[in-house]
Amino acid sequence: MSMDFTLLPDGGMTWLDASGPESHIVLSTRVRLARNLQGLSFTVRSPDGERETVLDMVSAAGRLTRQLAGGAMFRMDALDRLDRQVLHERHLVSKELAGLEREGQVRSGAALLTNGDAGVMINEEDHLRLQCLKSGLALSTAYTELERLDADLGNRLPFAFHTEFGYLTACPTNAGTGLRASVLIHLPGLVLTKEIAKVLQGLSQVGLTFRGLYGEGSEVVGNFFQLSNQTTLGKSEEDLLDHLGKIVRQVIEYEERAREVLVRDAPAVIADKVWRAYGLLRYARSLSFEETMNLLSGVRLGVGLNLIPELSVYTLNKLLVFTQPAHVAQTEGRAMTDPDLPVSRATYVRRMLDDDAARVRGPQEPTP
Amino acid sequence: MQCDNCHERSAAVHLTQIVNNSVTTVHLCEECAAEKGVQTAASVAKFPLSDFLATLGKGEGGAEAGVSDTERCAFCHASMQDFRESGRLGCPHCYESFAPHLRNLLRRLHGSSQHVGEVYLSPLPPGDNPRRQLLDLREQLKRAVDTEDFELAAELRDQIRVLE
Ligand SMILES: [Zn+2]
Ligand SMILES: [Zn+2]
Repeated sequence: MSMDFTLLPDGGMTWLDASGPESHIVLSTRVRLARNLQGLSFTVRSPDGERETVLDMVSAAGRLTRQLAGGAMFRMDALDRLDRQVLHERHLVSKELAGLEREGQVRSGAALLTNGDAGVMINEEDHLRLQCLKSGLALSTAYTELERLDADLGNRLPFAFHTEFGYLTACPTNAGTGLRASVLIHLPGLVLTKEIAKVLQGLSQVGLTFRGLYGEGSEVVGNFFQLSNQTTLGKSEEDLLDHLGKIVRQVIEYEERAREVLVRDAPAVIADKVWRAYGLLRYARSLSFEETMNLLSGVRLGVGLNLIPELSVYTLNKLLVFTQPAHVAQTEGRAMTDPDLPVSRATYVRRMLDDDAARVRGPQEPTP
Repeated sequence: MQCDNCHERSAAVHLTQIVNNSVTTVHLCEECAAEKGVQTAASVAKFPLSDFLATLGKGEGGAEAGVSDTERCAFCHASMQDFRESGRLGCPHCYESFAPHLRNLLRRLHGSSQHVGEVYLSPLPPGDNPRRQLLDLREQLKRAVDTEDFELAAELRDQIRVLE
């Protein structure tokens, strides 16, 4: 069965509009809360029938909350692989929930209930994974929304809670607050000035971790990093968020300083790098995913430095999402592999960039 | 061993990461590691799962805590051995069943085993609710005073006053 994406408000990607604070460097903020129901086994150990019960309970309670009343429900077992991949590429479901892990398959009862930027993964490793995704650096905005959803759900569902250990989770690494906040940040300046290793090393010393674009264990591509809190217990939600926010703001400052150094010491090199990336994206006939991410990183740096006036961050964000493998295939309306996939990707990128350039320069003028 | 990234040079850096709570090790050559902003294996040591699971084993923590490997949670019948193998507990009751073990583990993982965040109030039948909350809060207050967390204690006292 194929998925009806019109059910998904804003495609679950309101963050694309780059309207949030610091969105020149921070793409998005995600906060999630892990919750489980009392009196039931955790998802992995629960029998199929029990997972269906969890799904019924959570969806019934979710529909009564203000946040998710009009939301859409996607059962993973009702979606084909491509659709599940699309949801994963939009960061709306985890690899585990989507059954996309190496030997993974869709677990019965696995589902997503979402209103677009806030939602609940059901029958992930924990019974509920409440999540909220916002544009830019917006930790408290995202958490406030989530807190309300958590309270509304918690009034209707008996969450497993312990006075000493806090919210009880399947893995002890999430116990306590169950809160994981992560910020997707673009750090080309620090990578180019080779300061990045130092910064990343510093992060682990202050209780934060970093990962690639796709969460735990994923590779760092296109100079995009996800910074998040490592511990969840022994500190209040507010302290965890404050700490992460403070460190992220510091990293932003380092990144800005690195960019200043680049522009001051090597303006010609930077301009060339940026325009080459733009030129390749604008004219290439075949683009691999990794190359696209790296070129988009260069172009994004150029937009940040005001070198490419005709491009919007919105377009860059959209490209970041829609050049991913499942999105390219979805746009083409069929499953794709090499060599068709990189060709379709390049065609899509060209079209988007032409549109943007035309919008700024006016449609009459011929494209260069 | 070959580099997982370029599949050409031999791997020099081995990164252990927790991926969905199971151990993943990434092997990289020096060039690829540098490219990814990794200096040495030690520089990005997340907490390797093996590290904390070791504390659950036959080692000091285990014997001290007095929970045997095969002892099972009365509710879900999961054992500590199951946990060590999967990295996941069986049910919420496991936290009570294996409390001494988990307390040690949580301290190692988070630096503390005492939750200080939002306090959950269970949606029990209305008649039951305030009394139960009050009991819970009093218990927490006692613990807060014991651990000399006076800020938390003050907060709890305020909450108790409201309910009383
Ligand atoms: Zn290599
Ligand atoms: Zn159990």
